[in-house]
Amino acid sequence: MLLELRGITKRFGALVANDHIDLVVQPGEIHSLLGENGAGKSTLMNVLYGLYDADEGEILLDGVVQNFSGPGDAMAAGIGMVHQHFMLVPVFTVAENVMLGHEQTRGGGRLDLEAARAQVKEISARFGFHVDPDAVVEDLPVGVQQRVEIIKALSRNADVLVFDEPTAVLTPQETDELMAIMRQLRDEGSAIVFITHKLREVREVADRITVIRHGKVVGEALPTASDAELASLMVGRSVELRVHKGSPQLRDNGLKVANLVVTNEVGTVVVDDISFEVRGGEVLVVAGVQGNGQTELTEALLGLEHNVSGSITLDGEELVGRSVRRILDEGVGFVPEDRTLDGLIGEFTIAENLMLDRSDGPPFVKAGALQLPFRDRFAKEKVAEFDVRTQGITTQVGRLSGGNQQKVVLARELSRDLRLFVAAQPTRGVDVGSIEFIHKRIVATRDAGVPVLVVSTELDEAVALADRIMVMYRGTVVGIVPADTPRDVLGLMMAGISPEDAKGEVA
Amino acid sequence: MSADHKTTQLDAPLSETTRTVTLVTWKTVGVLLVVTVLYALLLIAVPHSGDTRFLLSQRSDFFQIPVIVVPAAPFAWACGAVMLAVTAVAVVLTARGRRTPLWLVVIYSLAGLAGFLAWAGAGSPRDLSIVGLLGGAVLWSVPFVYGALGGVIGERSGVVNIAIEAQLLGAAFTAAIVSSITNSAFAGLFAAVFAGALVALVLGLFAITYHVNQVIVGVVLNVLVVGLTSFLYSQVLVPSAETLNSTTRFASIPIPVLSDIPVLGPVLFDQPLPIYLMFIAVPTVWYTLNRTRWGLRLRAVGEHPKAADTVGIDVVRTRYNAVLVAGAVAGLGGAFYTTVYLSQFGENMTGGAGYIALAAVIFGKWDPIRSAFAGLLFGFASNLQNVLSVVGSPVPSQFMLMVPYVVTLLAVAGLVGRSRPPAASGEPYIKG
Amino acid sequence: MSAPESNTGPGPEPTSGQEGRLDPGTAEELEQERAREAGGAAVAPAADTESRLAKGLQQAMSSNWTVSAGAVLLAVLAGSIMIAFTDEEVKEASAYFFARPQDTLVALGQAIGGAYSALFRGSVVNVQAPDFVTAIRPLTETLSYATPLIAAGLGVALAFRAGLFNIGGQGQMLMAAAAAGWVGFGISGVPFPLHLLMAVVAGVAAGALWAGLAGLLKARTGAHEVIVTIMLNYVAFYLIAYLLATPGLLQAPGSSNPKTPPTPESAQLPPLLGERFNLTWGFVLAVLAVVGVWWLLNRSSVGFSYRAVGENPRAARVAGIDTGRATVSSMLVSGGLVGLAGVSQVLGGVTTGFSSDIDAGIGFDAITVALLGGSNPWGVLAAGILFGAFKAGGTTMQAAEGVPSDIVLVVQSLIVLFIAAPPLVRAIFRLPDPTRRRAPKKPKATRNRKEAAA
Repeated sequence: MLLELRGITKRFGALVANDHIDLVVQPGEIHSLLGENGAGKSTLMNVLYGLYDADEGEILLDGVVQNFSGPGDAMAAGIGMVHQHFMLVPVFTVAENVMLGHEQTRGGGRLDLEAARAQVKEISARFGFHVDPDAVVEDLPVGVQQRVEIIKALSRNADVLVFDEPTAVLTPQETDELMAIMRQLRDEGSAIVFITHKLREVREVADRITVIRHGKVVGEALPTASDAELASLMVGRSVELRVHKGSPQLRDNGLKVANLVVTNEVGTVVVDDISFEVRGGEVLVVAGVQGNGQTELTEALLGLEHNVSGSITLDGEELVGRSVRRILDEGVGFVPEDRTLDGLIGEFTIAENLMLDRSDGPPFVKAGALQLPFRDRFAKEKVAEFDVRTQGITTQVGRLSGGNQQKVVLARELSRDLRLFVAAQPTRGVDVGSIEFIHKRIVATRDAGVPVLVVSTELDEAVALADRIMVMYRGTVVGIVPADTPRDVLGLMMAGISPEDAKGEVA
Repeated sequence: MSADHKTTQLDAPLSETTRTVTLVTWKTVGVLLVVTVLYALLLIAVPHSGDTRFLLSQRSDFFQIPVIVVPAAPFAWACGAVMLAVTAVAVVLTARGRRTPLWLVVIYSLAGLAGFLAWAGAGSPRDLSIVGLLGGAVLWSVPFVYGALGGVIGERSGVVNIAIEAQLLGAAFTAAIVSSITNSAFAGLFAAVFAGALVALVLGLFAITYHVNQVIVGVVLNVLVVGLTSFLYSQVLVPSAETLNSTTRFASIPIPVLSDIPVLGPVLFDQPLPIYLMFIAVPTVWYTLNRTRWGLRLRAVGEHPKAADTVGIDVVRTRYNAVLVAGAVAGLGGAFYTTVYLSQFGENMTGGAGYIALAAVIFGKWDPIRSAFAGLLFGFASNLQNVLSVVGSPVPSQFMLMVPYVVTLLAVAGLVGRSRPPAASGEPYIKG
Repeated sequence: MSAPESNTGPGPEPTSGQEGRLDPGTAEELEQERAREAGGAAVAPAADTESRLAKGLQQAMSSNWTVSAGAVLLAVLAGSIMIAFTDEEVKEASAYFFARPQDTLVALGQAIGGAYSALFRGSVVNVQAPDFVTAIRPLTETLSYATPLIAAGLGVALAFRAGLFNIGGQGQMLMAAAAAGWVGFGISGVPFPLHLLMAVVAGVAAGALWAGLAGLLKARTGAHEVIVTIMLNYVAFYLIAYLLATPGLLQAPGSSNPKTPPTPESAQLPPLLGERFNLTWGFVLAVLAVVGVWWLLNRSSVGFSYRAVGENPRAARVAGIDTGRATVSSMLVSGGLVGLAGVSQVLGGVTTGFSSDIDAGIGFDAITVALLGGSNPWGVLAAGILFGAFKAGGTTMQAAEGVPSDIVLVVQSLIVLFIAAPPLVRAIFRLPDPTRRRAPKKPKATRNRKEAAA
């Protein structure tokens, strides 16, 4: 089916998320939509999928203007979507998820689960998925969940398939497999829209590339274009993701983790007997695909996990068993993975957020009373120092952009005397300008002699920031390797293959 | 590498690479211990001697079972021993990292109950009627069970139904008027269904359409309906009580043969229609939620409304449907007050039954059948006081009346264990 | 919502509560969009009732004054309809409506006008009064009724701010009343100010402990405070009923009624404006409590931790705040304030001895007071006085016009419902939507942030 978008415009108040976007996707081609986070790709696809009404423009399928009032219409017209955040009901089985919305029933209104199972099996067989129709979705690994999403789209005979940032949760190897699936679908005649901001993937799989920036189409490109060309199209200026840093000046102090085991509340061992060391003056990056225990590792360091065994020592002092308060007081700085959930209180002002983890004693509190003049002076200083773009310190943090929010978190954590700095996904959802700033501050902290532990799922960032890289897989440490380890090796390690084997396989 | 090879690798079961361990809490053990100690203290502090007479059949019964007479004190202590034993087993299990199975808790509860009854009825010349105890429990549980079913349906669709109380009260009021005017209990029952749904519609309007916090709407609706019914009661019903507030009630319909079964017959098969309806409603709600398209969509909307939306399910409409059905079901429970239990409406006559139904929803982990059993348990506890007052129980009636609430507290705090409400329960769905 | 909504970009749905804020500009909007697209990658946690509650409240209360006025108007209108439909004279006149419609209208006017003028007479100024003291007496009655409402409303509001829903006002008031009453008539020989102080402290402590029990159960076992506080209401009710019915405990000696002896003068709150008015120093205590709660919430370290836990318990925990301790201590304070309401009843309002209805529904009224007051201490003061006026006036209305005071419940709850749904009020009155009028704006952005923060 031929998909055409003509002059699609979508506004949210003063913000033009999509500005007269034209796009043509032929059957039997993979058309990549390339753009930075926030360029308007997802908005465009939500318009296509009937989740948003476009303010202007029209959608055509095989030359016929479509009028979608909801996702149901889009699906009926043959559009399927593999969502970035899977649209699966976690407590339902695969078959229930696949049948949802177009259920077949038997007598007495009874759901025909057999038919749904058969459909799952049939599509699985076609693509070699091996998905159990009776498995409960939340028990499946993310890679398999994504396949359920694909099955869901295919079970409705979708001719146009949209993949919205599908590789964010996959290992490099799983990504390769996904691309093979996309090629197979293309060869069967589907029109495929592949939304991403990852240049490497685009060049590998796309037949045509459309680049979007600030809601506008800024150019088209062929997969033969170089990374640099695509990147400058995408960002609007030449980008340098390199971080300038000298060689590490190692000190004797530091963090020592030995035989750490973390169990979550349902009894899964999420960090499985890991040991490592971070010394003052170095950055250890924990790499790996999202959900392999990195989050729980950082939370255990801060005393946020309940079921922890093993030992975490900072400059020889044991941290396991201490309260969060006492660990913070030991000089641990922490940038949580999800700043809106764990790092900030959206309704609080910038000034309040800047004192959030020191709300129980001097200098912000004396005799139980908040020291407002001090707090405000402090906030003004930090806003200036960390270049937080805001109207004033009384602005609610929730109203700041992601980059500025992250700067508030960083300003708070780096303004204490630190003996350890832990940053989880410090640049996620942050604009390019803020990324550079944040990286500089992290390196400055390391150069001040503080041991720094950074968790990153972006291989580029890991390689750029790290002095050493520790790869985690299913809660275990696959290996700790130097920062100049080849990407292919790192990629295989992220799939659980030991560094030795990985090197062998690459070589 | 071939695609097949990679697929296999991806599908490797989680257990191959991640370990799991069973985590247990000591909450259950704690509650069992506390209750056992309290029980023992009661027996020691207020010793009773004499015999307790358990009556298992009624005079009119076809089969007559002789009265069972037990020596109260030894029997009560024997029951206490069983409780202690179960507690000990629970301690051992928990120490070994295993959960205490439900059937053990059930044995514990039955032993505690039997012992308590023996203790309370000791030395009384009157018989302690088991049929009265159980039959009354079924009767008293009607508003709780219907209310809990309404709560389950609402919450599974993502709408917290704190307004069960309002639905019960509004339905009781409406049923009273309609049944009085028409001289038909059936008409009252129908009217109650509509009244429950009407309250639910208001709940839906504010919670679903206007995204007002559902707990707030529920609480305020409860106050609103109390005010409204009390106002109309004193303005309208009291002045013309003869015509507007003297209802026709459902009579008991004994089911032939079945009602002659000893003990269970009169308890289950000699009841008025709304109670038979309740027996049907519980499995029906379960079936509808778990086996039909309507139920699948309802649950999808309650767990992950956005996912439901992306497959073309109208979240708002599904939730309205669910809330209206929930209100209608709760309305059936409200009809109990004025078409089964009493023949007139009284101010605030539901007296917080809706809140107990809410507790039954949570106690029953959002499952219709478990919640219905929880409702039955609360019905039993409510009825206990009536039965014991007949025997002349030494326990002050206020403490007996307190029992259902204390049971709920213990249940919510200790015995419910890890339960997970529907993920989107309480969350308004805002499209986009 | 369980799924991270933050990735989906701004939605078309403007909501209340964002009006009147300046916009940082389009560049920032784009960054926000960016942040939303990328920021939601983490798996969303299970929905969190506490912060949702705070959000709901905030959203519910951030409407402007036109909406509030509209809400009051609608509620009063609904009350009028109820009066009109149940008034005997209106009914009689409407029987011949087509013959003489003016009769119906006159009857309507008399019924509604009479009711509301009685309400006014009973709550603000009695214009028919012969002398000044009698004329302003209704106002002091309003403040008398407002006293427990303000205290209990503060308690509920404080719990709200800490993300807790304290529906246990009834039980806490009963326990407080019992404790204060018992210290009052059970202990003799202590001189006036000291005896009063002891009774007040005992009552406040009892309320605090009863609510603290709920907080403890929540913090330790995760039991939902809504269920726990409701159950504790019943437990308290029957406990007090038992104490009242048992000689030697709370029951007045020589009586078989479930009623306590009167509160001795040495433990009574003295009158504030002389013996001719019922208003006591309890009102001053309530106002002091308003100031105290304001300070606690906005100027103290403890209040900071309450608000942090209420808005975003996860972030509070990461910042080293002991959320369990905040839960227990905020419930203690909340219960203490509700206890103050019970105290003011026993030592000021009803000093002739009380029975198990001494709470007079104030525990539940307090919820509506807190909601109407936007969980802000000064708002609670205003809302408490308004509802106090309703109560004072409702009594007069019932006595003078025969309109049951239950109507006040209806009007009160309708006010809260309407205020919680500004779009509905705007739609009814065809008011402009401030979030639409004031471009540039970004309604959805804030909402998303809120959700993400939840």
